[in-house]
Amino acid sequence: MSTLQLTGVTRRFGGLTAVDDVTMTIEPGEIVGLIGPNGAGKTTIVNLVTGVFKPSTGTIRFDGRRIDGRKPHQISRLGVARTYQVVQPFPDMTVLENVMAPATFAARAPGVQAARTAAMECLEFVGLAPSQGLLASELTLAGRKRLELAKSLAMHPKVLLLDEVNAGLNPAEIDTALELIRAISARGVTIVIIEHLMKVVLSLCSRILVLHHGALIAEGSPQAITRDERVIRAYLGDRYADRTTAAGGANGHG
Amino acid sequence: MIRLVLGVAVVGGAAAVPLVADNYLLRLGTMLAMYAVLAQSWNIIGGYAGYPSFATAAFFGLGAYAGALLQGAGAPMPLAWAFACVVAAAFAALLGSAILHLKGHYFAIASLVVAEVLLEITTSWTSLTGGGMGLNLPILRIPVDAQARLFYWSMLALAVASFVMAWLVARGRIGFALRCIKQNEDAAAMVGIDTTFTKVVAFVLSALFVGGAGAMYASWVFYIEPPDVYAVLTSVKPIVMTLLGGAGTLFGPIIGAVLFLIMEETVWRTFLSVHAAVLGLIIVALIFFLPHGVLGLVKRRRPAAPTAGHGSAGQEPANRGGGA
Ligand SMILES: Nc1ncnc2c1ncn2[C@@H]1O[C@H](COP(=O)(O)OP(=O)(O)O)[C@@H](O)[C@H]1O
Ligand SMILES: [Mg+2]
Repeated sequence: MSTLQLTGVTRRFGGLTAVDDVTMTIEPGEIVGLIGPNGAGKTTIVNLVTGVFKPSTGTIRFDGRRIDGRKPHQISRLGVARTYQVVQPFPDMTVLENVMAPATFAARAPGVQAARTAAMECLEFVGLAPSQGLLASELTLAGRKRLELAKSLAMHPKVLLLDEVNAGLNPAEIDTALELIRAISARGVTIVIIEHLMKVVLSLCSRILVLHHGALIAEGSPQAITRDERVIRAYLGDRYADRTTAAGGANGHG
Repeated sequence: MIRLVLGVAVVGGAAAVPLVADNYLLRLGTMLAMYAVLAQSWNIIGGYAGYPSFATAAFFGLGAYAGALLQGAGAPMPLAWAFACVVAAAFAALLGSAILHLKGHYFAIASLVVAEVLLEITTSWTSLTGGGMGLNLPILRIPVDAQARLFYWSMLALAVASFVMAWLVARGRIGFALRCIKQNEDAAAMVGIDTTFTKVVAFVLSALFVGGAGAMYASWVFYIEPPDVYAVLTSVKPIVMTLLGGAGTLFGPIIGAVLFLIMEETVWRTFLSVHAAVLGLIIVALIFFLPHGVLGLVKRRRPAAPTAGHGSAGQEPANRGGGA
């Protein structure tokens, strides 16, 4: 059974169709890349899956169960976790408390002590244990991104939606983050990663979905995607695509 | 353990006050206990959850009338008080479900309007409430001194109950959930908190004992009228007290209630006519100059604890900002 299954999902905001008839499936254990230019609708898909928005039409299933229409807290308790493109810590709580919150509420730790133990494990996993006593607002951006990861891990997710976790990080920090994501995947967590950096997507993902103006325009292996004409057009503009086509470099892909 | 002993000693000492105090002091003591109930209750929705509620007067007035009507129908006083608690709590559940999706100013204004609406309804529903003429309660057939003691002890018991409630909230899952909601409601939902339900529970808890306090107040003064029990000031005062003492802390509301009563009895008697304006200025000053209340001045931030390992994991979430 697919971990996530979106069927004909459309979401409109007034006259704007942010997500347009998207059908996609994510299989257990995959690392799937979701790419597309700014405004393509990637974050909106995350918001639809996590219950922040309801689809205008279409259905979303998680482990076979319909989840569209459910509230965010219900979906997160089922095991769907996400990180935010713009980090969302509880600023006046300590790093440890920030992670104890999902351990307490989403993963339903039986008590404060259990929640703390679970939270500490997640902090150690992402390398934030030394900062456990700091306020979340005192962390650097890289630290806050890792806190987001630790928070989502503390939910014991089955699937993790990473919304541009690497944006704003320097190359060394990105390498650390990549290791982390691989380690999370190795624990059996299914991962959907939204990324701008092709290098990251190409090195991590077994499969890539490309979104453009809200619609899914291509899907395939990293190699196939980088040769797909529509993807090149969407990213680099028509002229570039025409040139590469003329040179015989591009290949249609369904 | 030490804290429990200390708590029992304080309550015991407060309960023994009638042995030495005259009726004027007892009246002040009763007021103080009532203020503590209102402030402690407001702190749950306003301090912990961060929703600036102006509904205290609505709960208070509703409780006052619910209790007065039941007493008028012949029910014993304690039953009337308990009934008032239930009425206020039930009303808060309905009201909360309707307005807690609003944020910030919008919520504040919506909650402010409620007392006005109840005041209008109470005033026009003459057959039930006596309308603008007010409502007389049955006279207690015990000596004046005994009455003063009775109401002092009753209000003190209600204040203790409010404190215990606030303590349970602060150290429990719900207090943790409320602090998450206050700091980032979207993220709170995303970490698995049922934000709507949690906020409604907080609103109900913030109404429960306020309803009881209204009914006790009615029994105490024997006569209530709409503008008295639905006064806007009843909503504003607990906010000032809580901000003064320290919002989102366990002892802040009590400290604030003491400071407020002292100021009210000394300074403001002379400013009675500008009362509301003075309170408004104080709120603004508090927000700007004393954002964490008196307790915030005392309680310096703990040193950052950059130590690893489980053993040194430091404080429980419940204890932070809990004044403990
Ligand atoms: N809450 C919203 N209200 C109105 N428009 C929105 C909302 N969220 C997203 N959009 C619009 O939907 C489109 C897709 O946005 P988004 O999903 O954030 O894109 P991406 O994450 O791919 O950059 C954009 O045009 C954006 O302006
Ligand atoms: Mg985005």
